[in-house]
Amino acid sequence: MGISAIALLSASALALAGCSASEAPAESDTAAIITTNGSEPQQSLIPTNTTETGGGKIVTSIFAGLVSYTADGDVVNEVAQSIESEDGQVWNVTLNDGWTFTNGEAVTSDSFVKAWQYGALLSNAQSSSYFFDNIEGFSYDEESELTGLDVVSDTEFTVTLINPEADFPLRLGYSAFMPLPESAWEDLDAFGENPVGNGPYMVAEDGWQHDVQIDLVTNPDYDGVRKAVNGGVTIIFYTSQDAAYADALGGNLDILDAVPDSAFATYESDFPGRSVNQPAAIFQAFNMPYYLEHWSGEEGKLRRAAISMSIDRAEITDVIFQGTRTPATDFTSPVIAGHSDNLAGAEVLDFNPDEAVKLWAEADAIAPYGDTVFDLAYNADGGHQAWVDAVANSISNTLGIEAVGKAYPTFADALNDRDANALTGGTRAGWQADYPSLYNFLGPLYVDGAGSNKEGYSSPEFEKILAEGASASSVEEATAKYQEAQEVLLVDLPSIPLWYSNVTGVYSDTVDNVVFGWDSVPLYNEVTKG
Amino acid sequence: MLWYAGKRFLQMIPVFFGATFLIYFMVFAVPGDPIAALYGDHPPAPGVIEAVRAEYNLDKPFIVQYLLYIGGLFQGDLGTTFSGRPVIDVMAQAFPITARLALLALAIEAFFGIIVGLVAGLRKGKLFDASALVISLLLISVPTFVVGFVLQYVFGIQLGWARTTVSGAAPWGELILPAIVLASVSFAYIVRLTRASVADNLGADFVRTATAKGLSRRRVVTVHVLRNSLVPVVTYLGVDIGSLMVGAIVTEGIFNINGVGGTVYRAIRLGEGPTVVSFVAVMVIIFVLANLLVDLLYAALDPRIRYAK
Repeated sequence: MGISAIALLSASALALAGCSASEAPAESDTAAIITTNGSEPQQSLIPTNTTETGGGKIVTSIFAGLVSYTADGDVVNEVAQSIESEDGQVWNVTLNDGWTFTNGEAVTSDSFVKAWQYGALLSNAQSSSYFFDNIEGFSYDEESELTGLDVVSDTEFTVTLINPEADFPLRLGYSAFMPLPESAWEDLDAFGENPVGNGPYMVAEDGWQHDVQIDLVTNPDYDGVRKAVNGGVTIIFYTSQDAAYADALGGNLDILDAVPDSAFATYESDFPGRSVNQPAAIFQAFNMPYYLEHWSGEEGKLRRAAISMSIDRAEITDVIFQGTRTPATDFTSPVIAGHSDNLAGAEVLDFNPDEAVKLWAEADAIAPYGDTVFDLAYNADGGHQAWVDAVANSISNTLGIEAVGKAYPTFADALNDRDANALTGGTRAGWQADYPSLYNFLGPLYVDGAGSNKEGYSSPEFEKILAEGASASSVEEATAKYQEAQEVLLVDLPSIPLWYSNVTGVYSDTVDNVVFGWDSVPLYNEVTKG
Repeated sequence: MLWYAGKRFLQMIPVFFGATFLIYFMVFAVPGDPIAALYGDHPPAPGVIEAVRAEYNLDKPFIVQYLLYIGGLFQGDLGTTFSGRPVIDVMAQAFPITARLALLALAIEAFFGIIVGLVAGLRKGKLFDASALVISLLLISVPTFVVGFVLQYVFGIQLGWARTTVSGAAPWGELILPAIVLASVSFAYIVRLTRASVADNLGADFVRTATAKGLSRRRVVTVHVLRNSLVPVVTYLGVDIGSLMVGAIVTEGIFNINGVGGTVYRAIRLGEGPTVVSFVAVMVIIFVLANLLVDLLYAALDPRIRYAK
């Protein structure tokens, strides 16, 4: 069966991870604490209620799930010994023996199953609940237990899915799927303040100082693939990236994983040989709503293609972002296995003024656009103005129409109009992957009725191919289907791809072996300090 | 005098309710659903948003929300932030830090501002006066964030004399650099106010009389000129306490200080009603108290001012 490919991949990656850990320089201090930047978690640290990056990087450090991800986004088994399925619908999970939480409790099937049940139940209102929506028994509108979870023994349980999903194990390293100890259920609120996990790190005693920092120390009992070669990580919460960058320059911060815009021109010379600029799992685009006049049907299709070809992505990423963005060639991200830069129809993402003018004229022949102003909505509190203006200028210069950015004061305000179908033009749209999978970039965004499909795209053809990919019997076959589905998107352009964000980071000469993961978070456990 | 102070204290009650009501209304009137925005580009299931909205009473009409907040207030419950932290804890963390920062800034600007202003006023037209005027003009025209970044770069990064940012506990020593940044603009105003006032008073009748009585120059300057010249400066300082407490957003951002300004700014952006209102209510009280203090100081500084019943 092709699904065993995952197991193979897991085994080889496991060996690789083992190597890098043992190659730590001799002079490094295994008790040294690394300092890095972060932000105050938006919620208490309950894995199923942690969906933002501030809390996410803490949760993934103090918990170990069935699988974890390598720097390249490959899946390796962590607590799981094997995750296997014959048909992609019923998954048998076997756990490794000997895993414990830091309070001494053993990690059993129940640790996972109870945590997932809690996360999925409607009345618990967990922000990650929708990650369980393909497990049998899940319901969005009524109290319903996940009947698809079945504990066989302390180290074995089965997961029955509603629809077959070949790459189901891919998502199991996401924070929503972490196990919780029995002690958590006595008082979950208190647990969220002082979480007890099974990961490479644990929260130091009174380690979480709200709005200030959180101290994580190495978990001595951890013996998985992410064993730490340092003594711990202190995550300092910053409200401005500029302050964090100043601290990195001033020697108060070892690793910074987000260089502020103001330092784009200088960070590589400020930290020679100690900077990182690589694509992240972040896709940036803008959407044209289907409910607007001129933007549906054949006319809308022509106009979307014309707009797409009138944007000089390469120049904008160079000039505005100084090379910290990578022009898009598909709807996913280069860090995801299966990303492609030669999909059929991808030339619609190239800057091609002549073709753009031609298509725009064809659309005008269907219904004249007249002197309608083309606007592009963005939230002014997110630093988007520069590129929105550049995109608008690019469109304006190529097509000879009036194109402007439309600023909303806050994200909430912009979201309001998006949700109410009250936009007057395009809207900024972005997506950061939760787990390294092509599907995660497609399903939530372009399936009719999906949570983030706000502009009303609906394509039976796309959904059919996507469903075939999801139920494919092998990862290769699934990838091929997901690419084919994107070729449909390239024709329809429900979202006009712009670029992939890069992660830009710097680190001081006090630390070595700094590698940024697929999710833009440094692999803290591999960092040496000495 | 006591009667006067008591009356002023009583006035704080309607001011407090009026201010909280207005602010709560303004936070409520901000467009957009704060809960939906919490989740960014990854919306949770619709039921989740509704449940969280209900948890924070955001599904109720404005007046009910406000009364629930006031009701909680009388039981010592100021509500919670969207992360589930009691607002009172956030206040207990932010206000002492901001108070230290504001007091340091106030001390720096008052001490140096009055001395420089006094000397400049006494030597009007001389070199010292001219340079004081130029420097103060410079400080007034350069935005705070420029002063902040420059001082942070020079003293924090290049010379290493100070920490680049302030640590969580924010001890007095680490706050000196941010306090200098915060004080810089007000320092310039105080220099100019003191200088003008001193220069004016030097020609006043009571100064001529004092000099004619044969008092030493030192006594004339400190007791008669300076004391009378401080009335406008004290007024300015009183207003400045308020703006130092709340207006340090830029400085707090540069030095990563966990103070009042930044907390309120973030809470406004998130639409966190209870946090905004609780913080602003305390600020209103600080403003009122600072103004009362200023009015009482007038009487101490200028014998001509007396508060009748």
